[in-house]
Amino acid sequence: MKFGVRIMPRSVLLDTQGRTVEKVLRDHSYELDSLRVGKYVEIELNEKEAGRAEEKIKAMTEFVLYNPLIETFVIERREG
Amino acid sequence: MKVGVVRFPGTNCDRDVWQMVKERGHSPFWCWHQDRFAKDDLDAVIVPGGFSYGDYLRCGALAAKSPVMASVREFAGAGKPVLGICNGFQVLCESQLLAGALVRNESLRFVDDWVRLRVKSVAKGFLADAKLDEELRLPVAHGEGRFVCDDEILKTLWENDQVWLTYVDNPNGSLRDIAGIMNAGRNVMALMPHPERALHDWMGSHDGGRFL
Repeated sequence: MKFGVRIMPRSVLLDTQGRTVEKVLRDHSYELDSLRVGKYVEIELNEKEAGRAEEKIKAMTEFVLYNPLIETFVIERREG
Repeated sequence: MKVGVVRFPGTNCDRDVWQMVKERGHSPFWCWHQDRFAKDDLDAVIVPGGFSYGDYLRCGALAAKSPVMASVREFAGAGKPVLGICNGFQVLCESQLLAGALVRNESLRFVDDWVRLRVKSVAKGFLADAKLDEELRLPVAHGEGRFVCDDEILKTLWENDQVWLTYVDNPNGSLRDIAGIMNAGRNVMALMPHPERALHDWMGSHDGGRFL
């Protein structure tokens, strides 16, 4: 079963990378309201039951993939 | 010779390159990332190493979109010599002035060492007095210096003698030991090692002085 974990910096936090990328796009006349840069982690595991698989992914995410002080995460089920 | 030294936020080899230009008897000029320059104002341009724009997104990706690089593209288009060093190599690849890309070292470690290089072809403007298969000694210091490209580009680079320098002992897993390449016009070239850190024997080697 395949999952994706989308990890984003918390909105109250200064996202320096996002701000830099946003500025470069604005400098080139692209119009946008906001831009933030996060991470996307793809995980594949050998587990037939969806609920249990998601629990395992959540455990891994909380173990090391994200930092609750500065980031939020969303787990997405992926096809294939 | 008037030599432009490009500076982005995060560039950190700029003063060394400035010093190299002066020591070799030329006149250095700063080229700030937000400024443009006219192609007739300079005789050569160097894009030094460092961590331009904090290496955000991809090494060299944001620097490639800066105003100064638009001037560098025009300058290169006029056939004038451009040299990229380390992060400058990444910037020139992201600017599509050079082919390929530079990715994380195969060892996954930052490599900081002296390397031996072999000259595989002679470029216009920098290291122009080199002889084929001659050996040079220069320092490297990079985490993402492994040159990669697809088979077609690799074939073209070798067939057109655009492979400039190769490593004798590959420190980063670069394809076919490639340490430096040039464009088809032979006036835009770049390498991962740092010539500006090897100007005198007391620095470990004087081979870097030959680039200018």
